[in-house]
Amino acid sequence: MWEYSDKVLDHFRNPRNVGVIEDADGVGEVGSLACGDALKLTFKLGPDGRIADAKFQTFGCASAIASSSALTEMIKGMTVEEASRVTNQDIADYLGGLPEQKMHCSVMGREALEAAIENYRSGKKSKRILEGKVICTCFGVTEEEIRRVAQENHLTTVEQVTHYTKAGGGCGRCKEDIARILESLKPPAEAPPSSVGRLTMVKKVRMIEEVLDRDIRPKLRKDGGDVELVDVDGDVVYVALRGMCANCQMAEFTLRELVEKPLREFVSPSMVVKEARP
Amino acid sequence: MSVVYLDNNATTQPDPQVLEAMAPFLRERWGNPSSMHAFGGNVRRHVEQAREQVAALLGADPSEIVFTSGGTESDNAAIRGLTEAVPAVRTVITSRVEHPAVLEPCRHLKEKGYTEIELGVDEEGRLREEELGAALKSAPVFVSLMWANNETGVLFPIPRLAPRLKAAGAFFHTDAVQAAGKVPVDVSRVPVDFLTLSGHKLHAPKGIGALYIRRGTPFAPLILGGHQERNRRSGTENVPGIVALGKACELARLRMEEDSRRMAALRDRLEQGILASCPDSRRNGDSVERLPNTTNISFHYIEGEAILYHLSDLQICASSGSACSSGSLEPSHVLRAMGVPFTAVHGSIRLSLSRFTTEADIEAILRELPRIVAKLRALSPFVPRPAAKGG
Repeated sequence: MWEYSDKVLDHFRNPRNVGVIEDADGVGEVGSLACGDALKLTFKLGPDGRIADAKFQTFGCASAIASSSALTEMIKGMTVEEASRVTNQDIADYLGGLPEQKMHCSVMGREALEAAIENYRSGKKSKRILEGKVICTCFGVTEEEIRRVAQENHLTTVEQVTHYTKAGGGCGRCKEDIARILESLKPPAEAPPSSVGRLTMVKKVRMIEEVLDRDIRPKLRKDGGDVELVDVDGDVVYVALRGMCANCQMAEFTLRELVEKPLREFVSPSMVVKEARP
Repeated sequence: MSVVYLDNNATTQPDPQVLEAMAPFLRERWGNPSSMHAFGGNVRRHVEQAREQVAALLGADPSEIVFTSGGTESDNAAIRGLTEAVPAVRTVITSRVEHPAVLEPCRHLKEKGYTEIELGVDEEGRLREEELGAALKSAPVFVSLMWANNETGVLFPIPRLAPRLKAAGAFFHTDAVQAAGKVPVDVSRVPVDFLTLSGHKLHAPKGIGALYIRRGTPFAPLILGGHQERNRRSGTENVPGIVALGKACELARLRMEEDSRRMAALRDRLEQGILASCPDSRRNGDSVERLPNTTNISFHYIEGEAILYHLSDLQICASSGSACSSGSLEPSHVLRAMGVPFTAVHGSIRLSLSRFTTEADIEAILRELPRIVAKLRALSPFVPRPAAKGG
């Protein structure tokens, strides 16, 4: 058995919003019988421009049904703009997590939502079509989709890509292509911290920003947080924690371990990080 | 709520008589049969008695029985043991619907430069025997074909194929893990060279199995490091398991006819009941040449794992050939080899009975399954909806 969360099992056993909205404003259909899962999502806007109703039909396993059900609950009350920012990780989080091998169920939910929004924005003309080069012919997964899902979910191995997109999970012939795509997504080899003896203020600020972007923010964002560079005074770096980090009990720990440590490693060993007080 | 267990091709409940027979060898008589003292040495005759019981079920001589850790080891030992012992064999023939314990070692040989041929099956799961003729021309060959399929229960005509393969000079292994104890398996009449047996598929515990090796058949052991099993399988004997397997084989031999008749009647009632009460369902596999305990049924437009989870909520145990339930993303290789359409392959479930299956078990699933299927169909985007009434 899979280790499904109670919320997954609840949405599987008691799916919310099953069906089709006949006069829907947006319709999104993804997947196929051959692939083993498929989702049809319909939504209707209310007079206030927010999603008033959403319904789904799903062919698939327990987690596919739960992901679809969760998605309809999540987007109700959202504007289309808000809904367009829902990620597959949001769906998985809503459900209290999914087994990694089942993450493709959350990706299917996001894709159906995207297709439905596209259908709405194009005045019902647009149906989702595969764009770009198909990498996995077994499951019809394109290079663009692999890139996007890999980037958004910080995937680093072919196996992870298979868990999230199904690509490579059939005959397996495209695994080399997936590895190549992952390779191309890696950040360019980092230039070793400048060996130039003197670190001018401009250089220093630029390097701090770089390290923040590359090493620090991705980690904080995984937990819904962020960090902002407020000022630099000599070796003292003033930052403000944002999002979930702002009022976090662990703020001090976060500053030392996740912000100061990498800055000392990559910019200068004498860096001191302080929280900028408003 | 008691468990309704209809997943006996996955594993079976150890028979109470089997547990009783093995228990003394865990509690009091735990000696090593190879020891030079009576406490251990006296255990030896129980191992040999078990060997006789296993041999009796298969129509073999006890000296031809090697105890192993189970079906997977026996399959590997036969395939790798024969090909290592006979370097002239450069071709292995198997079928597309074998258990992975046979397919993977055969494909491994292919990677090492052997010619590997996988015979197909027809839409009822029956072996395409005509493909065998051409494949045999490259003798000497090694052939591995299962006696009964674990997913569909379909029987390959091993009794008819074995003499033909022998005449062609082939070495022949059959995986009889699912067949033994359910249909007659008699190597005194069916000239196979190797035969695989698994304990936990016939009411012995997990971790014990046997490989039949016909006397005189070339064989290089898989596991080295001791003299046990006449140098054919090293390692201190799993005495409790061996005693259990012996008892299980004895029970199977004595009860096979009655058990099989009973299981077939229950299975037929189950199968007909489901097909009659669930629209858009179909049986997968030959209805005649098959095990008495297995049925494999597909429900169009829905997915097997979802069915299993709903059944599991009701304490009903079954299995599925769907992709999601397998942990891979591919649905059953057996159903795909049979050409079962995609609309049906993902929605397949296997129900497999045992001597412990009751009429109440069958009634339980017949009562619950139609409701589960209807519930999932209500969610499915693929169910053809009736057009507007009238006209």
